[in-house]
Amino acid sequence: MMAMSSSATASNAPLTKRQRTSPYPTWFFLPAAIIYGVLFLFPTFSSIYFSLTRWTLFDSTFIGLDNFAQFFREPFLIQGVINTIIFALVTCTLKVVFGLGLAVLLTSDIRMRALLRSIVFFPVLVSAVGVGIAFTAMMHPTRGIINIALDLVGISGPGWLTNPALAIYSVALVEVWRGVGLATVIFIAGIMSIPQDYYEAARIDGASAWERFCYITLPLSRPATVTVIILSFIHGLRNFELVWAMTRGGPGFASDVLASVIYKQYQAGFYGLSTAGNVVLFVLIALMAIPLYIYLNRREGHQ
Amino acid sequence: MIALRRYGLTVIAVFSTVIIFIVPFLFIVLTAIKDRTEAARLDFSWPTNFPVWENFWTVISTRNFMLVTAYINSTLITVGAVTLLVILAAMVGYVRQRRKGWWNGLVDFLVLAGLMMPPAVVPTIWLLQEIGLFATLHGMVFIQVAYNLSFCIILYRAFIATIPRELDEAAIIDGARPLDVFFRVILPLLKPVTVTVIVVQSVTIFNDFVNPLYYLPGNQNVTVQLTLYNFQSQFSTAYNLLFMNILLVTIPPLIVFLFYNRQIVAGMTAGAVKG
Repeated sequence: MMAMSSSATASNAPLTKRQRTSPYPTWFFLPAAIIYGVLFLFPTFSSIYFSLTRWTLFDSTFIGLDNFAQFFREPFLIQGVINTIIFALVTCTLKVVFGLGLAVLLTSDIRMRALLRSIVFFPVLVSAVGVGIAFTAMMHPTRGIINIALDLVGISGPGWLTNPALAIYSVALVEVWRGVGLATVIFIAGIMSIPQDYYEAARIDGASAWERFCYITLPLSRPATVTVIILSFIHGLRNFELVWAMTRGGPGFASDVLASVIYKQYQAGFYGLSTAGNVVLFVLIALMAIPLYIYLNRREGHQ
Repeated sequence: MIALRRYGLTVIAVFSTVIIFIVPFLFIVLTAIKDRTEAARLDFSWPTNFPVWENFWTVISTRNFMLVTAYINSTLITVGAVTLLVILAAMVGYVRQRRKGWWNGLVDFLVLAGLMMPPAVVPTIWLLQEIGLFATLHGMVFIQVAYNLSFCIILYRAFIATIPRELDEAAIIDGARPLDVFFRVILPLLKPVTVTVIVVQSVTIFNDFVNPLYYLPGNQNVTVQLTLYNFQSQFSTAYNLLFMNILLVTIPPLIVFLFYNRQIVAGMTAGAVKG
């Protein structure tokens, strides 16, 4: 990299005319920066102000931290924050466990590997609302095929989405079904980058399959693991489609997450409160994203 | 013996994977081609008669051909946004990769922020209303560009790093201006990653539900994913129609996936690992 850029300056030297205007003009950033700045950055920063106001879109009254106070006082709003964290933790853990398991299975020497990979990955590309509706029907407490299948083996299945204590976990399971394919292909990429020599050496030394997994695959696919954890955690914190398609946050407020609270408060016309929810979501994600930024910069520094 | 047992475990693992991932899709297809009473039972059974065409036609023609309008709208938004994304993200990725400057840290930070941070929805709605883009298709195009730029920039930047600088320099020595270098020399060379960006972003934007829900209200602006949401209440007793709708909405991504399987997987993993 260094050698390349120094040779570039060397060959640029004779071009006296071009020296003042770089062949890589910074105005190339401009169109993207305008769209991103106006439609993403500006609303993000102004949300900090609007979250401190009572807001009707036409005028806003500054009320200090009242929205946040309300956010952490109303039980159903706190429930939303807790559910968001539960949802992110559950989906993240299960995606790592099943994603790694599937990746090991799908890199092993089995038949129809490519087809199986496609089957596992395809749900990633299906509309979340469609998946949500399909699983809502399958999770019907009496007629749903999941509970009928469980009946066959003698288990009486729960009311997946009707039991308030269970609803958020059921939605989380569907999110795992939908998103594990992405985790799997990331793990597969990680496992494929491990040199085969290590496995051969371990095999010659008499390591069992389990030992090879624990001492080679697991430590050497760490970058993939970190990626999957961060990606699915942030995805879990932001999730809206599945919750909305499956339960609308119900029964009651039992499966509300931050994103659905934001939508409900917006619909109800509490724009300030809705924006405060958005700011709470920013903070939750920043708590996750800043360590990642540091980690990525450190990794780049090593190369 | 151990080998046999491991073989058995693998077979069980493969078998359960197939069941878990295939059955929901079979369920969608089977329910979509049943008649109303059979579909209402929600069971996993072979239909006795196949009103495929009736279901299809009812779904298509409901509410004044809303699904057709939705397909047109979704296509317009997807094509517009993906075109802009390809050009704008390639420009940013190119200069970010080629030139050193104080802004690089800032660009990287903003890219990362765009990748992770959810948008502030209500302030965005307020802003869109102020500048007259609320509930318009072109407003939706710009929103999709703003939200998906980061992902595309990461893919382009990584790919441009593999293109030798000597190519740009040769063009510059020949007297090409920056715009010519970019559009005539670099952009054609980016074709492989451009295909990936187009495919991944088309599916993402086509499947997007949240952003149209917030920024694109109104029946004439409906998008494909919103039809599901609208029909969920209308077809609440007609599961066959609801599932036919899911099927129709799932077909475009399925077709794209059949043809561009490799690019999608490569693009999504590369974007994920780099970001």
